[in-house]
Amino acid sequence: MAADDAIKNHAAERRLFLIRTVAASLLLLTLIGMLIARVVYLQVYKHGYYETRSQDNRMRVEVVPPVRGLIYDRHGNLLANNEPAYRLEIVPEQVSDSVKSTIARLSKIVDISKADKQRFYSREKQTPSFRGTPIRLSLNQAEVARFEVNRDRFPGVDIRAGLTRNYPLGKYASHLVGYVGGITASDLDGLNKKRYRGSSHIGKAGVELSYESRLHGYPGSRVVETNAAGRALRQLDMHPATAGDSLVLTVDSALQKVAYNALGDQDGAVVALNPNTGGVLAMVSKPGYNPDLFVNGISHANYTRLLNNPHKPLYNRALQGQYPPGSTIKPFMAIGALETGVIDPDKKVWCPGYITLPGSNHRYRDWKRSGQGWINLTQAIERSSDVYFYKLGMKLGIDNIHRYGSMFGFGQKTGIDLPRENAGIMPSRAWKHGNRHLPWYPGETLITVIGQGFMTATPLQLAQAVSEIAKRGHAYKPHVLKAWKDPQTHTTTDYKPKALPPIELKDKRHWNIVINAMKGVIDNPHGTAHYYVGQHLKYPIAGKSGSAQVAGLPQNEVAPDLDSIPHRLREHALFIAFAPIQHPKIAIAVLVEHGGGGSSVAGPIARRVIDSYLDSLPNSKTLQADQSGNKTGGNS
Amino acid sequence: MSTTTRERPATLSEWLAHWHIDVQLFAALLCCALLGLFVLYSASGRSANVVIDQSVRLGIGLSAMIALAQVPPHWYRAAAPWVYVLGVVLLVATLVLGDAAMGARRWLDLGVVRFQPSEISKLVVPLTIAAYFHYRSLPPRLTDVAKASLIIAMPVALVVRQPDLGTALLIVAGGGFALFFAGLRWRVIILLLILAAAAAPLVWFNLHDYQQQRVLTFLNPARDPLGAGYHITQSKIAIGSGGVFGKGWLNGSQAHLNFLPESDTDFVFAVYAEETGLFGVLGLMAIYGFIVARGLFIAVKSQDTFQRLTAASLSLTFFFYAFVNMGMVAGLLPVVGVPLPLISFGGTSMVMLLASFGIVMSIHTHRKLLAT
Repeated sequence: MAADDAIKNHAAERRLFLIRTVAASLLLLTLIGMLIARVVYLQVYKHGYYETRSQDNRMRVEVVPPVRGLIYDRHGNLLANNEPAYRLEIVPEQVSDSVKSTIARLSKIVDISKADKQRFYSREKQTPSFRGTPIRLSLNQAEVARFEVNRDRFPGVDIRAGLTRNYPLGKYASHLVGYVGGITASDLDGLNKKRYRGSSHIGKAGVELSYESRLHGYPGSRVVETNAAGRALRQLDMHPATAGDSLVLTVDSALQKVAYNALGDQDGAVVALNPNTGGVLAMVSKPGYNPDLFVNGISHANYTRLLNNPHKPLYNRALQGQYPPGSTIKPFMAIGALETGVIDPDKKVWCPGYITLPGSNHRYRDWKRSGQGWINLTQAIERSSDVYFYKLGMKLGIDNIHRYGSMFGFGQKTGIDLPRENAGIMPSRAWKHGNRHLPWYPGETLITVIGQGFMTATPLQLAQAVSEIAKRGHAYKPHVLKAWKDPQTHTTTDYKPKALPPIELKDKRHWNIVINAMKGVIDNPHGTAHYYVGQHLKYPIAGKSGSAQVAGLPQNEVAPDLDSIPHRLREHALFIAFAPIQHPKIAIAVLVEHGGGGSSVAGPIARRVIDSYLDSLPNSKTLQADQSGNKTGGNS
Repeated sequence: MSTTTRERPATLSEWLAHWHIDVQLFAALLCCALLGLFVLYSASGRSANVVIDQSVRLGIGLSAMIALAQVPPHWYRAAAPWVYVLGVVLLVATLVLGDAAMGARRWLDLGVVRFQPSEISKLVVPLTIAAYFHYRSLPPRLTDVAKASLIIAMPVALVVRQPDLGTALLIVAGGGFALFFAGLRWRVIILLLILAAAAAPLVWFNLHDYQQQRVLTFLNPARDPLGAGYHITQSKIAIGSGGVFGKGWLNGSQAHLNFLPESDTDFVFAVYAEETGLFGVLGLMAIYGFIVARGLFIAVKSQDTFQRLTAASLSLTFFFYAFVNMGMVAGLLPVVGVPLPLISFGGTSMVMLLASFGIVMSIHTHRKLLAT
């Protein structure tokens, strides 16, 4: 302090400060002067003008809510539509008695449910009392007529024409497209209230939720002159609302239906991607639900029915379901083993039907109890040998298994443009330590390498991972948006597919080895899916089956036949595939919950979807040429 | 606390002095806040709840003010940099884990309370600048100015990221006033103003879409007839129709017919002007003017650089709020979310403003009575 004081000139500083204070005071007085001048201008000079304006201030500004953008599939079929509907609104300031008794009297003319009332009261609080709040949405013609007859008895109540959302594809695309619902108090918390002024609905699930801000648009306004009771007499000024953008999805609604129907009466999921763009061609979770039910507030009974349905129709199996991938993981593990050089693909390994770890009696069994004999890598994939992969896994080790699994996206969200995706689990030592507080045991390596144990994946991840193989490491991030259209300017903007970081193998031939083996799964008479998928192929398909255990079998017990196992304990059936092999147009993952065999149950579903899609392509002739080229030439 | 031992206070003024309350400032602030309660009662459509709510906040604010007045100023000098750092840390935390509302992260949820850390920075930035210059000889050298600018820039950058442009500007104003009173050279001030004008296009292209929209609405109210534009049209009608003598308390038809939105928060001045007329407006300006003048007087009378800069910049910030709000409601300035000091409905601004005057009072009432 003392040293500082020494170099300070206190008198000068005080003087400086005084000058500054005077300067500030002058500025202040100037600003106050400006303000006073402004107020005098308004209150004295223009008083007469504003007094008149105030007296006939009978104009009212009303909100014109924007029209929500439509959602189309890639061929222009509507997935979400707006239909005209009438709704009943109450302007609390204008009712003759109390709002409550008005509603009571109204309910004798039109149905007003408890949910309607709840929505009304929660929204009424957020709305100025001179604005209307809807009490009933989508009135039918009879109700409109009944109200019109009684209109005079209900001052402050009015019918308004509006639009309501509906979903032409219904249950087939329910999880994908999602639905809108009434804006709740908790929705309002995070919203730009100005943008939602006058709006009643907001996206709650699927594309409707993830592209909410694009679909919604901006409200407009109109200035109306009103009479003393507040009823609009004429319109003075109009600022139209800005409609939300329409979306075009990459989805093919015909294929969506094919995939849904192919699942038959089983629960499961199908995800088909275009590996060249990452665009979702079909994404099905079965059973679906009727999204129209949610739009104007689902009834309690309907909601309970959906919630209590043992098939869980509200559960999006395609991107939320986390299942052990079973043997579908083997091609990815094979690439890991080839890249790290722990195996020679041509070297044959003896498969006696089981192996044991040193110092343990536990038998890790092959799905084929009698064993597969001497087999190399290609045969191991074709026949889905567990023993070959147990040995491969031991050499590879959990760290590499984790590394190569992660490289193909397992254990991470794909980042698709849909809400509530799950990440699945690609276990590692660190993961187990963090989640189970236990070290990694060698036996767990064996079951991880065949996609059991801790490992889980979503059908979307499997489709994404098989796209990586199809494109030899140059796949794209999955997405459902293809383009959006601005309804005002009629301009269409294409979504730009985002390339994922490429997977560069040390030796590119490793792709060929694995793809050939996956081709063998279907082509080779010994291939697990040859009988179920490989008959009368129109296009060369590469695939891999998987059957994921749900409940462990007791040691030494022979697997009982399928029919004797309770449904909920049966294996999940999985199948991943892509086609045509040379120039892949579709990559697919199929999951059938408790379906049993991957090849026999999930395989044919994949085949039906692939056939349907490739047959629908305009240049399917050239694709067939591709197949003949493949027969003579093999992989490039 | 003081150099002489005190006896039990006998009179009210002694009692006030004992509690380090500056009578004139206290009277003016209380007068303003009580006037505010009357205005709010009218503006809210005679809602007792609003008045009770605001009274509770007034009580909290006054308690905070009196509590802060007890603390001797050199404590503030010592604490300012630490509170400043805390404020910056909380701003970073807000960006990382803040509650997102309307696409902006401004709130930090502490379980019991949600609060805006930017409010801390609003108050503590001028204090930190004042504390910084306290140890330097004035007028400041260019390097000191640069360092002080950095002190302002850090929280401002974080608040801009939230994004909350209005609050960022208020922090710049608070810190800028402290720099001004420290004696920032005129040519530097002019240079900065030119630089700011030159940087405007750059800022423009970095604004969020909605921020650009808002600026465009400032320039042309017809662009947003439902939002800012509508407010301005209606508030001008309210003020203008008030005339010289006003329509009388509770008689402002503009506000009561609900033509004027947000009549109890940012646009409360329109209701006041409609009901009390030009006389009421001049009266309110006189009260504000008195508060600012008293603050500047305290600054001039204060005994060191920190106290001078703190009292002066807090007072000027107060004026800035009042001017921006009234200017906006009267259609003189673009619409920004700044409340009318001590009158608008809202707790944070009330408590923070009274707290800042608690510090000003502490500066005045803790003067060392040197034998002169």
